[in-house]
Amino acid sequence: MSIIGTSVQRKEARNKVSGRARYTNDLTIPGTWHAVVVPARQAHAHILSIDTEKAKQIAGVKAVITGDDVSVLTGDVIEDRPPLAKDKVRYWGEPIALIVARDEATAQRAAGMITVRYRPLPVINSIGDGIADNAALVHEKNGGYKVATPPAYPKKQTNIADEANVEKGDVERAWPGSDITVDIHVSLPQIDHAAMEPRVAKAEILPDGRVLIHCSSQAPFEVRKLIAKYFKLNPGQVVVEVPLVGGAFGGKSSVQLEVLAYIASKAVGGRVVKIVNTRETDMASCPGGMGLEADISLAARQDGHLLAAKMRFYMDIGAYTDSAPRVARAIAAQCTGPYHIANLHTDVFCVYTNHTYTTALRGFGHMPMTFAVERAMDELAQKLNMDPLRLREINALKPGQLTPTKARLTESNLGHLPLTIYKMRELIGWKQGKVERVGEHRVRVQGVAAFWKTSSSPPNAISGAIITMNSDGSVNLSIGAVEFGPATKTTAAQILAAQLRIPLDKVFVHEDVNTHVDPEHWKTVASMSTYMVGRAVIDAANDIINQLKSLGAAVLRCSPDDLDFGDEKVYVRDDPSIALKFSQLALGYKYKEGDSIGGQLIGRGRFMIRHLNLLDQQTGKGRPGPAWTVGVQAVEVEYDQNTHQYRILKAASVVDAGRVINPAAARGQLMGGMNMGLGVASREGIHYGHDGQFLNNQFRSYRVMRVGEQADEYLIDFVETPQIDAPFGARPLGEHGILAIGAALANALSRAAGVPLNTLPITPEAIWRARRHQS
Amino acid sequence: MKTLTRPEQVTLTINGEGRDVVIYPGETLLYTLRGDALGLTGAKPGCENGDCGACTVLIDNIPTKSCMVLTAEVENRHVTTVEGLEDAPIQHAFVDNSAFQCGYCTSGFIMVGHALSQHADAPDDSRVVEWLRSNICRCTGYQEIYDAVRSVCQDSTAP
Ligand code: FES
Ligand code: FES
Repeated sequence: MSIIGTSVQRKEARNKVSGRARYTNDLTIPGTWHAVVVPARQAHAHILSIDTEKAKQIAGVKAVITGDDVSVLTGDVIEDRPPLAKDKVRYWGEPIALIVARDEATAQRAAGMITVRYRPLPVINSIGDGIADNAALVHEKNGGYKVATPPAYPKKQTNIADEANVEKGDVERAWPGSDITVDIHVSLPQIDHAAMEPRVAKAEILPDGRVLIHCSSQAPFEVRKLIAKYFKLNPGQVVVEVPLVGGAFGGKSSVQLEVLAYIASKAVGGRVVKIVNTRETDMASCPGGMGLEADISLAARQDGHLLAAKMRFYMDIGAYTDSAPRVARAIAAQCTGPYHIANLHTDVFCVYTNHTYTTALRGFGHMPMTFAVERAMDELAQKLNMDPLRLREINALKPGQLTPTKARLTESNLGHLPLTIYKMRELIGWKQGKVERVGEHRVRVQGVAAFWKTSSSPPNAISGAIITMNSDGSVNLSIGAVEFGPATKTTAAQILAAQLRIPLDKVFVHEDVNTHVDPEHWKTVASMSTYMVGRAVIDAANDIINQLKSLGAAVLRCSPDDLDFGDEKVYVRDDPSIALKFSQLALGYKYKEGDSIGGQLIGRGRFMIRHLNLLDQQTGKGRPGPAWTVGVQAVEVEYDQNTHQYRILKAASVVDAGRVINPAAARGQLMGGMNMGLGVASREGIHYGHDGQFLNNQFRSYRVMRVGEQADEYLIDFVETPQIDAPFGARPLGEHGILAIGAALANALSRAAGVPLNTLPITPEAIWRARRHQS
Repeated sequence: MKTLTRPEQVTLTINGEGRDVVIYPGETLLYTLRGDALGLTGAKPGCENGDCGACTVLIDNIPTKSCMVLTAEVENRHVTTVEGLEDAPIQHAFVDNSAFQCGYCTSGFIMVGHALSQHADAPDDSRVVEWLRSNICRCTGYQEIYDAVRSVCQDSTAP
């Protein structure tokens, strides 16, 4: 049986159930000092003074660092963020000082001794505040910062950090020709990634000039690149090591704590310094996920065909841009959802606020965007009195059509949404969205929503793989992708085992990532590891196969073309009894007489993304990713019309996965994604006080799903339309469980409660409010 | 319970073995376990205020959040960490049910599940849910964890 399509055990499984799997904070180098972040306790204020004297006097305190000691500005796209607040603070929780001490308790004590005098400024506490006329400016210098990774188009003297636009067809001409229109406004709060492992970073600067960083990052190569850039080091000098990561969800793709750890180490002569976030710091001081306000207008014919759309998305990006301009472009490029809309005008704005800044969060903007579009689609279906799945089916994008940014779609790069819809009907027992009465004041109803997503990766994203062969013919695999849960390393091992036709237990994957020895991999994000790493692994496997054949041919006195391989041997195609074991060739071949040829077999492989481009400023024209993953999700809820409480009976996903490489891992990803998406939709959200204070930076107040609150039943099915350029046809699959499930829940509950629910989270109280507001 | 005003040596029973460690007053069990002397890093800090359960260990066979216990309190009591499990059925059940992804919450959930499976009276479904609600997993859909724990507990409702 092929290893591809088999639910293999993840490589590190036994370690994880024995408490022996190691994460960044599980290894401590003796002599490590601790740094703690002193967070701002104002959301928007001038810093008049920071008194560090008392803190410095505490025995064991080694250094106290403030913004005045650091001159760099950081940022993935726009360099607008000082690592430590300088002159003013822009969010509650912003790092304002850093204390380095012999131990954590001392550092914490010293942190309490820092006194800051502020002059408060008006707080931009919402998107509305940010775009109001004469709004206070979060960044007086907006538009004057360096754009490190174009494009980004900040608007001077405003709180608009960037704007992305898409223009297709002619909306104004098409609009009057429609039979029916819907307009909705959605509002989603900022949320937190809430990975169970709080972020950790350690830094050490060696006398020879090398900088060693250990961190819980999804993007070790990005850490290396940025630290080298900010502090004018040679990239080779900076060595970044990442062991297993305890959940990431995009939150660990941004580079922040690593920079602080470097600054801390630098301040104490290069000693090892470690920063371990508390949960409170992890939530309030480190980037979360964006909030969104959006206006969606759809125009359609009576038969349900979409004609035109106008959309405005305002992202609450918080106080600094980080990856927001990229997210804005991802939203713009996929703004229609997986539907064909010939006439389209979309504007996406990144709005600075005095909230915690934000970064990628599982789905890279596609989850909030999908919520907006899918709520509008469901309202349209209700207005048309049409089966909501049917509405989605007839508007589904097809091969040959163009995306909003006019990228051409093929069966290979798009997959098959109608087939996923077809399967969903069966899977959930589709009842066309009808409300069923099951008790005196209890009803049951189903809701659906569809999604699509592509990578929105930079057009020069790369990956690599190195294989070395051991004396017994087994292989070691080195890749630059981090393992934070989705079985990335195991999938790479499966691909290698399949390609070399060897058993999976003969493949050993380097579990950690070390930028010094592993080949560069862009970032472990966007569900792209199987595709990018997989392609590099196949390339490396082919390289080693060629070496096996050419060395084998020399020994067997034939042409490499005469050779085939399998069963850990190379053999003569027409007489397999003439064969050499991989083990005989792995470290060079030794003749009977003792003389030898060859040397260790080392395969190298690489991959670079192709045919992508940056989106045009006016029209958005461009190709944002190599392929899309499409799917449909549904929920069935039971809702109590008196108390507005509800229970999620079923949560279902049908995804066109291209080819499922590890079914157990794929199902796990989808279930976990659905659970997180349902948590986001039903209970999560950051609360800011009237003064911008982050009010719920603990799990007792920032509520995530717990056992017993998840759907009673998860239903999962796949369609497999191969993506031809992907390893074994496998499409990206990782984030996708989260994308449309929240919209499906809102669609179901809107029907059940008889009122549009366009604001998250949908708590019973929120439903009660919406109903009261309507009547 | 002992009163500590400065660092002092205490003897703890951890995974069946007596261990002498020097602790500070106010030191939590989680901190002591993970420290250099013991190096038992299976218990994880996730919140350090009792909300997440990633730090769960057993104290006299009762699952306890080690971030909420002072080390000084556990002298003369039996502490079991995930490292002290020897091929327990719950560990296999977690592997068989794919009950983890990143693995950071796993030690904590395993200790809760193990204690429950050792509990004299067989738990019904709602008891299983109640016990597992003390912990948080951000990666899985929870069904996998529930199934793993259910599979090692006797079912009171089973015939
Ligand atoms: S670390 Fe102890 S409960 Fe979270
Ligand atoms: S497996 Fe990652 S938090 Fe549970």
